[in-house]
Amino acid sequence: MPSLKDLKNRIASVKSTRKITSAMKMVAGSKLRRAQDAAIAARPYAERMDRMLRSLAKNLIIGEGTPRLLAGTGEDKTVLLLVITSDRGLCGAFNVSIVRETRKLIRLHESEGRAVKLFCVGRKGRDLLRREHADKIIHAVEDVGRKRLSFADADQITATLTGLFDSGAFDTCYLVSNRFKSALAQIATVKQLVPWPIEKDEEAAAIPAAQAVYEFEPEEEAILQSLLPRALAVALYDALLDSAAGEQGARMTAMDNATRNAGDMINRLTLNYNRSRQAYITKELIEIISGAEAI
Amino acid sequence: MAQLHFELVTPEKLLVSKPVAMVTVPGGDGEYGVLAGHAPMITSVRAGVIEICAEDDEKISERIFVEGGFAEVTPERCTILAEHVIPVGDLKKARLLEEAKALAEKIANAAEGDLPALQAQQALLDAKIQAVA
Repeated sequence: MPSLKDLKNRIASVKSTRKITSAMKMVAGSKLRRAQDAAIAARPYAERMDRMLRSLAKNLIIGEGTPRLLAGTGEDKTVLLLVITSDRGLCGAFNVSIVRETRKLIRLHESEGRAVKLFCVGRKGRDLLRREHADKIIHAVEDVGRKRLSFADADQITATLTGLFDSGAFDTCYLVSNRFKSALAQIATVKQLVPWPIEKDEEAAAIPAAQAVYEFEPEEEAILQSLLPRALAVALYDALLDSAAGEQGARMTAMDNATRNAGDMINRLTLNYNRSRQAYITKELIEIISGAEAI
Repeated sequence: MAQLHFELVTPEKLLVSKPVAMVTVPGGDGEYGVLAGHAPMITSVRAGVIEICAEDDEKISERIFVEGGFAEVTPERCTILAEHVIPVGDLKKARLLEEAKALAEKIANAAEGDLPALQAQQALLDAKIQAVA
């Protein structure tokens, strides 16, 4: 049975914890709004880039001169997983779900006889994956966009990625990151980056041919050559923004739960405290009365 | 006359989106003007100045410097994707000339391996200086 003083201390400490978690929740909430705004502002560029790439790819025949980022290396031996996580913890299952998805992918690719390499963006992912797969991590960056995520950050990662590709470090690359669905739900998704997937969808084919005829200057392949790394950077930027928004959303939810739990705990402890206080008073009274009676 | 819808987009946001009379784009293979009804095309864009004529009186109403990118032209649209965009008014000639001087010195003393990056910087700076000249 804890003493009254113990209980009092305990209540005070849980109260200050609740203050911290509720402040973190508020901070995450405002950061989430900012992250969402940034994600929305980035959408037009991504959309137009996609449209351009599609019209370029539509009348492209994959051949000798096709950029390797699009055509692939022609082999399928080494897979690079680009894993995006957060730098900070206290955000619920946000990082864990990414790491779980990554482990699943590693098992899948290894069972099919491919070598797997990891490229970690964000401290948490690297720390969690290092335990089992330290030998596979070939590159890790952290503190990406710590103050404010900018396109230059995505550009830098892309440069590293294309550098690795050109040196033949991998054949295919998949991006594992959290997609922001709502403040409550982030979904771990996998997206192919290299070779760049082109959807030969029915819709595009249905557009009348006259509308689809573009002139190119310089010729298609030269444009593709310089456009593809940009497209890669855009996809990464998009994923980073989404992940940043998701992180704040996840943290907000986690901190909301923590605040609520702390409140429950304070109620329970206060009840306990009052009970023991009453018990103590009653006991003292009994002692006094029985003392008086004895005289 | 049908209007041309001009859009200038950076990864961070949609910078310009408005109807214009004409734009001049510094294409990879040379500058070209776009009026409404232009044949559809996709080109690269080198470092240079985009000139916008808002009205039909052929006066340039806005000049914007881009560090390269891509342009998509259709009969009713002209979309430019660029990563770094600076209004020409924000470029200061004196500052640029100073920078160019410092860079020239750096190139003179640079190691062989650093040259391509520095030369790219110099080309960019030259384009900026030309924009304000």
